[in-house]
Amino acid sequence: MSMDRREFLKAAGLSAVAGLGAKGAFDLFMPGDVDASEHEGHSEHGEGHGGVAEAGPKVRLAMAIDVLQLKDHSKVDKIRAACDNAHNIPHWDSKDDEIKWIWEDEYEHVFPDTHNEYLADEVRELPFLLMCNHCDDPPCARVCPVEATFKRPDGIVAQDYHRCIGCRFCMAACPYGSRSFNWFDPRIPLKAEGRKLNPRFPTRMRGVVEKCNFCVERLAEGKKPACVEACPDVMIFGNLADPNSNIRKVLRERVSLRRKLELGTKPSVFYLV
Amino acid sequence: MYDTGKVITGLVIFVGIFTFAFWYTTGTAAPRPEPKLDTPEIQKMAKKQCIEDTQFMITTHMQLLNKLRDQALRDGNRWYVNSKGEKVWISLQNTCLKCHSNKKDFCDKCHNYAGVDPYCWDCHIDPNRSEL
Repeated sequence: MSMDRREFLKAAGLSAVAGLGAKGAFDLFMPGDVDASEHEGHSEHGEGHGGVAEAGPKVRLAMAIDVLQLKDHSKVDKIRAACDNAHNIPHWDSKDDEIKWIWEDEYEHVFPDTHNEYLADEVRELPFLLMCNHCDDPPCARVCPVEATFKRPDGIVAQDYHRCIGCRFCMAACPYGSRSFNWFDPRIPLKAEGRKLNPRFPTRMRGVVEKCNFCVERLAEGKKPACVEACPDVMIFGNLADPNSNIRKVLRERVSLRRKLELGTKPSVFYLV
Repeated sequence: MYDTGKVITGLVIFVGIFTFAFWYTTGTAAPRPEPKLDTPEIQKMAKKQCIEDTQFMITTHMQLLNKLRDQALRDGNRWYVNSKGEKVWISLQNTCLKCHSNKKDFCDKCHNYAGVDPYCWDCHIDPNRSEL
């Protein structure tokens, strides 16, 4: 077959155009675009919760915490104990080793961006209960290299301890400090305390990260989360996507705060003040 | 050959030491493990049958457990439909160990014999024992 230079250049030009149009070319020149389209983009389907929840998923589990009622500190202890017992959470002496699923802090630290020095004494002294925010756009799930942390369709940010390799990327990514790392075997303090373990839930092992799981194992059995069961008047748990749910009702009636909204993680834990 | 006596003696000693593990353990093979099925829960059952055939459970329980783990945890579907169409609640601690409440005489028996050390028990606890 003979081909002169003019024909060769035409063919080469046409193939180059065809090649550029292919998906492969996009992968090559704009890798981010293809990746982004593979993620389920919440921003494309309305605002998640807070805005047009009806357009989003059918179930979006969330928690509202009536912090004003926590003036009675015995409720804080009751809630924390319920969680500790339900999930066999160890107590370490050192703050560096501590495992936190639900814990307390003061307003200044919980809402550092909105803190003001003339804050009402009542609010300043309140114990705020902190836990995993089960974000709509969870940075911890995004950075996990082994997909141990993932978002369930009902909005719970779950963690698969079988998969966790203990790299602690999620701890660096979480802006709420909701994750704890097991530096040591959690069974050591559980044994030392002589705690009666919850036989329905496992412990963790050394080298995995853990956090609040919204009691996904109890929800599966049709029970309420342990903290909600302990103090149903303080912890209001429900489905944000259902306009008639308890939590939507209480959010309509009361002023609520969420932590670090400016980061765009869309947290699902609301503080009623 | 020089030093025949020393060389042969040395060889005999060497071969003796080298094969020590073989002749020392001859005749002391561990007996085949017989995992026990005489727990109260199993005694109560009319038909003593696990969620799948016994032979299948013996050879494939590890793959099945992995599959069920992923189904329960990652897909959030805690019901396993077995080959007979029966529904089983997926939970190692609350379903498997409910019948097999004798982990020491059941799980550990074969695992120790086969020299396998599954990491299940790094986290999962035996609900029938109060201490760890």
